[in-house]
Amino acid sequence: MKLLAGSLTLVGLVFLLIGFNTDYSSHATEGHADAVAAHSEDHVEAVESAPVATHAEATHAEEVHAEENHAAEGHDAHAVEGHDDHAAEGHEDMGHEAEGHEAAGHDGHGASHDLSANRPWAAFLVNSIFFLGIGIGTLFFLAIQYAAQVGWSAGLIRVFEAVSMYVGIPLLGILFLAVTGGMHMHHLWHWMAEGIMDPASANYDPIIAGKEGYLNVPFFIIRTLAYLVIWAGAAYLLRRNSLREDALPAGQNLFFTQRKLAATFVVLYAVTSSTSAWDWVMSIDAHWFSTLFGWYTFAGMFVTAMTVLNLLVMYLRINNHLPWINANHQHDLGKFMFAFSVFWTYLWFSQYMLIWYSNIPEEVTYYLPRFKGEFKPLFVAMVAMNFIFPILVLMSRDAKRIFGFIGLAAFFVLAGHWLDHYIMIMPGAVGYDYGFGFAELGGILFYAGLFLWVTLSQLSKAPLKLKNHPMLTESEHFHQ
Amino acid sequence: MAHTTEPTPVVRALYHDDDVLISAVKEIRAAGYKISEVYTPFPVHGLDKAMGLKETRIAMAAFMYGLLGLTVAVTLTWYMMISDWPQNIGGKPNYNWGMNMPAFVPILFELTVFFAAHLMVWTYLVINGLYPGADAQNPDPRTTDDYFMVELPAADGLVDVLKKSGAVEIAEA
Repeated sequence: MKLLAGSLTLVGLVFLLIGFNTDYSSHATEGHADAVAAHSEDHVEAVESAPVATHAEATHAEEVHAEENHAAEGHDAHAVEGHDDHAAEGHEDMGHEAEGHEAAGHDGHGASHDLSANRPWAAFLVNSIFFLGIGIGTLFFLAIQYAAQVGWSAGLIRVFEAVSMYVGIPLLGILFLAVTGGMHMHHLWHWMAEGIMDPASANYDPIIAGKEGYLNVPFFIIRTLAYLVIWAGAAYLLRRNSLREDALPAGQNLFFTQRKLAATFVVLYAVTSSTSAWDWVMSIDAHWFSTLFGWYTFAGMFVTAMTVLNLLVMYLRINNHLPWINANHQHDLGKFMFAFSVFWTYLWFSQYMLIWYSNIPEEVTYYLPRFKGEFKPLFVAMVAMNFIFPILVLMSRDAKRIFGFIGLAAFFVLAGHWLDHYIMIMPGAVGYDYGFGFAELGGILFYAGLFLWVTLSQLSKAPLKLKNHPMLTESEHFHQ
Repeated sequence: MAHTTEPTPVVRALYHDDDVLISAVKEIRAAGYKISEVYTPFPVHGLDKAMGLKETRIAMAAFMYGLLGLTVAVTLTWYMMISDWPQNIGGKPNYNWGMNMPAFVPILFELTVFFAAHLMVWTYLVINGLYPGADAQNPDPRTTDDYFMVELPAADGLVDVLKKSGAVEIAEA
């Protein structure tokens, strides 16, 4: 296993290197016509719903005008060849085209700003966030077990600990992205672009400049560091105390220490889960905001973690490493996977429907490329994979106890949530220069390899059964 | 009501503790007797398994009821909001059902849950003979307080097994 983990990491690294050295701008020639068609169509709709949108800048107004004319030629005029010249200079800002409706900021991304250069960085962010979900979701779950003094899962605590120890690695990946972004090696987070906060600059964007108090590079890096310290620190402390408790002769002296620690972490995480989602994901579309975004991201991360835990416990059970864990425990983990898939859907829909219903330009911009543009098939597939598959596969009681069903559901949920993060990040970060290549695959292999490495070596470092946990007997006798 | 055949005499054994009850049920079944019913003042965890009851099919029924509710909701929203009397609400598309679907999701959800929950309760009550107006089937009111009763058809050697299993009172009826 160690060999597999190591080789996965290495292959991933190589792929990442290839990915970072690939020129992605080649994609810009194809798919233009419909991108622009979608663009103009969207635009007209948004303009209709907000007739007084402030198209102040003359150049911008002209552009809008041109697009309106295109659309006015009739909706079946999508493939009109005349689009191409417009596409040449309009495509680059496709990712932020949505924001263009607000007039301001549109000129912020001129033709000089080539979003395709962001592609490998964006791919790395997608993978960082996805794999971070596994670590932080499990850490949160572990903390709840202590904070609520849960009985059934006591025999699984070591598994949770091993997975949560992984949380620091994707966080380091994100920190790397934040620092390189601050050094202007990429502009994954568009608000980091030069001059965007400077009224004298051609890049000036008053809306983003208004958020300077929160969205500035030093504070951004400080926040990322704070998440790293709080999250990885909590994982480390919970693990250390648990190992120390094993070494004690008897009793559960550290149990209540663990409980306090876990409760403190849960409170801190309640805040940092939201702010981290705003920072790393929502601020990519810096004009747009959603109050539900933190929970929405958290729900996706938690499902990912539950799914990975299910798979890991399944693997350990098949190999007879957990003889005190039976189908009832697996069933409960399956319930979490099922329930939080539904919870994720609920939050997803809550965010979507309110925006769809109110149809305010400043909000609806987020869903235009995702639900009307090129991302639509991916978006629909993602919702189906994250909702319909788990709900149908895992609804029955027996399915949550059968490895085949759990595996099947897990595959769809993991792929679906990877895609969910992909769709959260890509439209804003690279526009329509998206794809699935070495950068994406490399990131997956890299992080998956590290995940296996960290988790399995942590699992092998300590006995898989705690010695002094007060709920251990309850966990062994757990049944439904 | 006249019976065409003689009713089989039943034996009723009372127990005073749920743990004793569970082990008694296991012993009685291990000795080869069939238990027809157990009356308890509260749900006893693990009793269904000890009695060897069939797995409930209410989950499948609930799923079907949910699908029925979903179908009703789709039909309802389509007929009222699209087909019969289309209305312009906030400029939302009312040309066909699919375009306006997001607005209907709360209704789809609610009716699915409503149908699944209500029909499930009614199915449960009817199948168990607990519908309103049904006669009480409890042979001994003490099982609503602090006694547990096992009811089974009379058979040879049964009383010894029951006594050994910890029954505090055995009666034939």
